[in-house]
Amino acid sequence: MTASLTLVVLMAVLFGAGISIMLERSITRVLIGFLLVGNAVNILIYLMSGAPGLPPILGDGVDPDEISDPLPQAFVLTAIVINLGITAFMLALIYRSWWLAQLGAKGDLVDDEEEDAQDAEEAADLIRSSAADDAAIQEIIDASDEEPDEELEREASARDADELDEEVRR
Amino acid sequence: MIAALVPLVVLLPLLGAATALILGRHRRAQMAVSTTVLASVAVIAAVLLVAVDAGGPTVVHVGGWAPPFGIVLVVDRLSAIMLLISAIVLLVVLVYAVGQGVADRHRETPVSIFNPSYLILSAGVFNAFIAGDLFNLYVGFEILLSASYVLLTLGGTGERIRAGVTYIIVSLVSSLFFLSAIALIYGATGTANIAQLSVRLAELPDNVQLILHLLLLMAFGIKAAVFPLSFWLPDSYPTAPAPVTAVFAGLLTKVGVYAIIRTETVIFSESDLTVLLMVVGGLTMLIGILGALTQADIKRLLSYTLVSHIGYMIFGIGVGTQLGYSATIYYVVHHITVQTSLFLTTGLIERFGGATSINRLAGLLKASPYLAILFFIPALNLGGIPPFSGFLGKVGLFIAGADDTGATAAAGPDWLIWAVIAAGAATSLITLYALTRFWNMAFWRRRDELEGYESVLLGSVQEAPEGATVTATRTTPVLMVAATTTLVVVSVLLTVFAGPIFELTDRTAANLVDPDVYVSLVFPGGIR
Repeated sequence: MTASLTLVVLMAVLFGAGISIMLERSITRVLIGFLLVGNAVNILIYLMSGAPGLPPILGDGVDPDEISDPLPQAFVLTAIVINLGITAFMLALIYRSWWLAQLGAKGDLVDDEEEDAQDAEEAADLIRSSAADDAAIQEIIDASDEEPDEELEREASARDADELDEEVRR
Repeated sequence: MIAALVPLVVLLPLLGAATALILGRHRRAQMAVSTTVLASVAVIAAVLLVAVDAGGPTVVHVGGWAPPFGIVLVVDRLSAIMLLISAIVLLVVLVYAVGQGVADRHRETPVSIFNPSYLILSAGVFNAFIAGDLFNLYVGFEILLSASYVLLTLGGTGERIRAGVTYIIVSLVSSLFFLSAIALIYGATGTANIAQLSVRLAELPDNVQLILHLLLLMAFGIKAAVFPLSFWLPDSYPTAPAPVTAVFAGLLTKVGVYAIIRTETVIFSESDLTVLLMVVGGLTMLIGILGALTQADIKRLLSYTLVSHIGYMIFGIGVGTQLGYSATIYYVVHHITVQTSLFLTTGLIERFGGATSINRLAGLLKASPYLAILFFIPALNLGGIPPFSGFLGKVGLFIAGADDTGATAAAGPDWLIWAVIAAGAATSLITLYALTRFWNMAFWRRRDELEGYESVLLGSVQEAPEGATVTATRTTPVLMVAATTTLVVVSVLLTVFAGPIFELTDRTAANLVDPDVYVSLVFPGGIR
């Protein structure tokens, strides 16, 4: 089996660089290292298909030495797709982890989730219970029985007057 | 007819996952689809097991391409057994997750993401079990790993992301090992078909065989969590939601063990690593269980026992006789069931008691006697108390090891086998100690003894680094309890029907020890 020296050297460099970057502490660098090593492995698989530059097509009367093995190329395609998917997931994970780091230990949780839920539940209970309805109606009736608040009335009439003024000016 | 069923075990979960994704917000429909799919896969697996056991193994040429060019799917007895037990466990855990989701209004396991990921995980597991091609096995691993990344980081809280990053990076490294091994094996032999590899790898020089063999074992060893490649497991599994942890603990490591069995029997039938496997198996048992001793958190404790008990299977594979493989397969089946039911029970304890730490739980026996039974049976089972399946499996392994001493030169030195058997017995006792200690504290201790309780039993335990506080809901939904009960019953059935099951695993092992059986399956006319 013959192989291209350039590809072998490239593979070795990618492996070396990738592994050394993977040993860093930052996840982003680990991801970059994974990409490099992943591509190094892909080249390793590709190297197994024999001499470079030959077409991977077997026809009638074609000498098997004149073609390159198509199977490693199919392997590489699959491996590339898998790497792509995992890289996308890792990027999402890194973004999430960065996001959590920005927000501290609490993350992006809403503070008073439980309180909110409790309030909502109480409100729902109030709406449901007819006794509460009765109480509310009674309250309104009581309120209407009281003397109208003079100050509120004055304010309301002042607002009306302002609005009239504006219309006149137009 | 039977052959047509084989691709279905992968296709159905994948189609189910797509349907579940499309159904999106219709939770009921989604849950119905997922349950139906897994139930039908379980039925198919049962049919396959019966058919394969009676009428001989089934080989499917995908797309009609004959091997060695096309991909083959092979279902022999081992594959069928693994398919059946994993389908049952996956189905039960799904029911448990549905129960939990309904009770918690889907806070822990958001069903729109959980169900499709879970089904894809199942597809990956099933694909790995029926792959007759090394590259297809890799694809199966990748499918299940990608789904497991999603499941482990479900919800995306800080704790899970941190645990997930460890898990994902370790898995990625193991995948890179696996892929490099495939590339080199392909370069050396010109094939990735497992049956053909069995013949061609044997023709390679010994040192080349050894390198390829070790590379492959390294990749599978990380997945199976074999010491010293097991460091990642106790840190990453316990943070996930209870159903996810249960299914990971039960199944994912066993997929690695399955791959190791295939590697040792078919792929590298000529290259022998008995001594290495024995040593590693013994160390995995001891170091795993010593780790379990110091854990206060039951989830972490169980994760360590999980690592520890992988050692028994590695020991059985190392023995490498028919009895050894037979006992290993029985032990795998037993361990999948028992470990999963223990983690499911832990999920119930967490709901009911509001904690998973031995220091914060008490009085559970009085509060919920049924929960106590659900924990007690699998705990005794895992510890190897007769007459449970854990005892039978361990005794089977020890007898296989003892029979092997002095039988063949290849089996390794006698003292090593006896040492590993002793380690196995010690591990079994320490497992029992660790689990009954938890039982004593959490179930037997009275609730009013909790404050300022001093005991020599608690002297050595340490809390998990960041023990999350959980609020006790004091509810145990019927579906969750029913699912856990089912699995406990299955584990007891493994004891009741131990005779027929051992006969089945014996027939399985008979096929395994002779690689020619597998080869002649895939190439009935002989290899060109």
